[in-house]
Amino acid sequence: MRITPEVVERVARLSRLELSAEERATFAWQLSSILEYFARLDRLATEGVEPTSHAIRVANVFRDDEVTPSLPVEEVVAMAPQAHEGFVVVPRVLEAEE
Amino acid sequence: MDYETVIGLEIHVQLLTQSKMFCGCSTRFGAPPNTQTCPVCLGLPGALPVINRRAVELGLRAALVLHCTVHPTSQFHRKNYYYPDLPKNYQISQYQYLEHPPLATDGYLEIEVDGQRRRVGIRRVHLEEDTGKLVHPEEGNVSWVDYNRSGVPLMEIVTYPDLRSPQEARAFLLKLRQVLQYAEVSTGRMEEGTLRCDANVSLRRPGEPLGVRTEVKNMNSIRSVERALAYEVARQRELLERGEAVVQETRHWDERRGVTFASRSKEEAEDYRYFPEPDLVPVEVTPEWLEEVRRGVPELPDARRDRIMAQYALGRYDAELLVQTRATADFFEAAVAAHPSPKAIANWMLGEVSAYLNEHNLEIEQLRITPAQLAELVRLVEDGTISGRIAKDVIAEMLQTGDSPRSIVDRQGLVQISDEAALRETVEAVIQDNPGPVRDVLAGKEKAVAFLVGQVMRRTQGRANPALVQRLLRERLGLLGG
Ligand SMILES: [Zn+2]
Repeated sequence: MRITPEVVERVARLSRLELSAEERATFAWQLSSILEYFARLDRLATEGVEPTSHAIRVANVFRDDEVTPSLPVEEVVAMAPQAHEGFVVVPRVLEAEE
Repeated sequence: MDYETVIGLEIHVQLLTQSKMFCGCSTRFGAPPNTQTCPVCLGLPGALPVINRRAVELGLRAALVLHCTVHPTSQFHRKNYYYPDLPKNYQISQYQYLEHPPLATDGYLEIEVDGQRRRVGIRRVHLEEDTGKLVHPEEGNVSWVDYNRSGVPLMEIVTYPDLRSPQEARAFLLKLRQVLQYAEVSTGRMEEGTLRCDANVSLRRPGEPLGVRTEVKNMNSIRSVERALAYEVARQRELLERGEAVVQETRHWDERRGVTFASRSKEEAEDYRYFPEPDLVPVEVTPEWLEEVRRGVPELPDARRDRIMAQYALGRYDAELLVQTRATADFFEAAVAAHPSPKAIANWMLGEVSAYLNEHNLEIEQLRITPAQLAELVRLVEDGTISGRIAKDVIAEMLQTGDSPRSIVDRQGLVQISDEAALRETVEAVIQDNPGPVRDVLAGKEKAVAFLVGQVMRRTQGRANPALVQRLLRERLGLLGG
């Protein structure tokens, strides 16, 4: 599957990313080659092969239940397009409507 | 013809941890918006989650208490959907997926309704993270998001559709909350959102396959679960009796109006595209680890009831009431430790204290008095400082003000009058003022003695030592030894 600069532009808009024309071209090429690689995996015969979710046999990686410092709220809301008194502001969403 | 009600519950419980499920942000309730977030719980690119060991152990503890089978290996998954309260666009959860089971499955909890014991089946117990919180201001076409709750450790408990009435659902939730509080798995406070409940409800003719169900959401107390289910059962019954069909849908409970209404919800017709979370390795629970968790489970309600009966020589009924909540049992045992009169302390707690809590709709944690103060009150009665009658006034004042019984007694001059000379005067006055009853007493009417004692008590505002008054009266009327 070929990814065109127009597709990159659309995905970038959905992800709220601003890309230059040069970046759109680069990503179009890179994303295409990634998809081509997966297309090759698609052609392999995988009957009888157990699904793998991890490449290494490791289990039980934990942390202790200890509080560590959080980010300053100013830094958090600075990442949002819009904020109000510490809240991130988004277009109206309604959970329940009659 | 009658219908059978079929109810299954989905309960989300916040686990009692200091930090979040996959990062070190605090889980403290009520902090200002977005002050407890970091790259992990905000889903910033490149941030990596690490599982909170304590959260897994609390999940295992709950699984044991609910008699579930704990799976030796379980795995986290990504549940993909788009919503502004979900910063990563997926929630990390556990899902029955391919060969991966959730943390634990197939257990039960025993409930008692109308004297009947029943086992309610638990389908599964799994771990996941909470989402952020949306606020919808009145003004402007916007919503506000607070990510403090994002990543807070949750346990989801799903029952089999074993419940047969709204009352049973209520009994189940009360029992579940009690057990989880005792096991120190969760605070289980629906008003703070540390326990949330959704319900699936359907009706069927007895013996027939399950009917079409609706999912009821937005119930904010155990009481409202019972009310919402009663409404929904009646609504479905009416539809079926009219020959109409129940539509499979999500319905929201409106507490104020007392109705459920169909809602468009984020979860309808979604394909969550679950897949194993590549950033987290599996959780493997060895028999040794599980045994260690088992040894750490605190005393559960039934065991505590039995111990309280044996240790303090109390009846089963009293002991059952005292272990109703862990806070009540703790209060009782702390008071008994301060003054070893378990029966008297139990009587005050199950009488005046419990009536006060009911009347003001309070939890025992909100009491102004301490266990030591209740113990002191009992001691004041036992050493004769105040009468039992006065003690009732004192506890009412204690419950209102939180003042110690000693200071109330001193302030209001309530010390019991055991001074014979002072009481003799009052006895004399009462005899002079009540010739009729005195004649009755002399004629052998025992009831009239009680009347005269009552008159003395009244004139001393209840402060006279009743036993002493009784003796003085009989002495004066020449009835002693007769
Ligand atoms: Zn965090």
